[in-house]
Amino acid sequence: MLDSLLALGGLVLLRDSVEWEGRSLLKALVKKSALWLVYHDFFRDPLNWSKTGEALPGGPLGALRAMCNRTDLGPVTIALDSLSWLLLHLPCTILCQTLHTVSHQDSCPPGDGSPVGKVHVLGLLHEELHGRGPMGALSSLAQTEVTLGGTMGQASARILCRRPRQRPTDQTQWFSILPDFSLDLQEGPSIESQPHSDPHIPPVDPTAHLTFNLHLSKKEREARDNLTLPFQFSSEKQEALLRPRPSQATSHIFYEPDAYDDLDQEDPDDDLDI
Amino acid sequence: MFPELNNLLNTTPDRAEQGKLTLLCDAKTDGSFLVHHFLSFYLKANCKVCFVALIQSFSHYNIVGQKLGVNLTMARERGQLVFLEGLKSAVDVFFQPQEKPHPLQFLREANAGNLKPLFEFVREALKPVGSGEAGWTYPVLLVDDLSVLLSLGLGAVAVLDFIHYCRATVCWELKGNVVVLVHDSGDVEDEENDILLNGLSHQSHLILRAEGLATGFCRDVHGQLRILWRRPSQSTSQRDQSLTYQYKIQDRSVSFFAKGMSPAVL
Repeated sequence: MLDSLLALGGLVLLRDSVEWEGRSLLKALVKKSALWLVYHDFFRDPLNWSKTGEALPGGPLGALRAMCNRTDLGPVTIALDSLSWLLLHLPCTILCQTLHTVSHQDSCPPGDGSPVGKVHVLGLLHEELHGRGPMGALSSLAQTEVTLGGTMGQASARILCRRPRQRPTDQTQWFSILPDFSLDLQEGPSIESQPHSDPHIPPVDPTAHLTFNLHLSKKEREARDNLTLPFQFSSEKQEALLRPRPSQATSHIFYEPDAYDDLDQEDPDDDLDI
Repeated sequence: MFPELNNLLNTTPDRAEQGKLTLLCDAKTDGSFLVHHFLSFYLKANCKVCFVALIQSFSHYNIVGQKLGVNLTMARERGQLVFLEGLKSAVDVFFQPQEKPHPLQFLREANAGNLKPLFEFVREALKPVGSGEAGWTYPVLLVDDLSVLLSLGLGAVAVLDFIHYCRATVCWELKGNVVVLVHDSGDVEDEENDILLNGLSHQSHLILRAEGLATGFCRDVHGQLRILWRRPSQSTSQRDQSLTYQYKIQDRSVSFFAKGMSPAVL
């Protein structure tokens, strides 16, 4: 799936993060698709600080807009490293409009009726840099979204593909990039590398060699099972409460008065006239 | 420089990699010991160093540098070190007439400006000067730190642009290195700082992150250092992408040990 990403037209978003970088995958995809590479160098002087006159007019946005009006009709792949830079320097709406115009050129053929080759736009986007609004806007423009991740040193790409009039597909592909920037598709991380207990060693019984007895004999177990808990409201207790009690010896209180105790039996509140 | 940190990073002054951007960040602790490490490391590697010091005075770095075995005064005199003392020269913007824009010219501007004058200062400081030069190995730019530029009114995008230009000139054109320190605001919601930190993380080759311990202050373990190498996803590479160590800062050195293996608790 990963190697046929550019088969469909439109915008392909490559979302990477600090831990799993996407530039090498971008280069690998460019290498795979490009027969002829035109390189617009905006790295050295994107904002025209050096004022040498070498910079293309309009900066990166101007160059992107120039691609909207191309005259040659062959299929073309436009790779943007990175969309994040454009999104930080331009308003989101302008960028989205430009991307939409560029990636949908094949849907509006020029006046003479000749077919226009497919346009693929491959953009690298750094996930942590942008809020949900711009990310959502670009995501809705994209036909395919590739989110980079990985585990245990192995990189993976989650490919979400939205084709017109079809259900979106969601696949994960494990891969690695070889030093010559070719794509090496792989199976997932091997299961053997995960640690698990050795089946040959039997689990140790911790109650085996103690100096005190933790086990119950059969009789003791039965006696324990037959015991009712003191505060459990069982049927016997219910009957014992409902049955009128025979006059049992009630409990006695034995009181030895102290020397200074007042044993006046009169009601101390007698003189109150309530 | 700290020899233990060199071992962890698998580097020495005479065989350090060139053309790299190293990002230092600290969260809930002070990561300036990393700045002192790299300053002395590159001076010992005989590099031409341009140090944009916005936080402390020259004498502060000099005192710490002497404990680590480098003399900043002598380095400055013989031209190996170009030192922009932000605290002192910020006042010059207002009180001294300048023919060309001062590196910290943005302090005078009402709107959020850009750092083009600072970039031109760096480029001028590090440009190779013919064959009469004392033969420095490669240029290095060190910035301490970038978060204060946000506090001074610049936007995160302006600072990112400045680092982009520095990277294009110092790393790519002159095959040198750039080391910058950014503070991580952590729990405090600071959008601009987060954009700066994440944007720089994506541009860096090596990220060193000093974090305070989650459980709080400890006398024997001052923090934890996370080292992240940003390498392309290659299956042939056997080195770990990320390592975590705990550290204790002493008077003249920093000792590193694996998590939970501090000599105080063993």
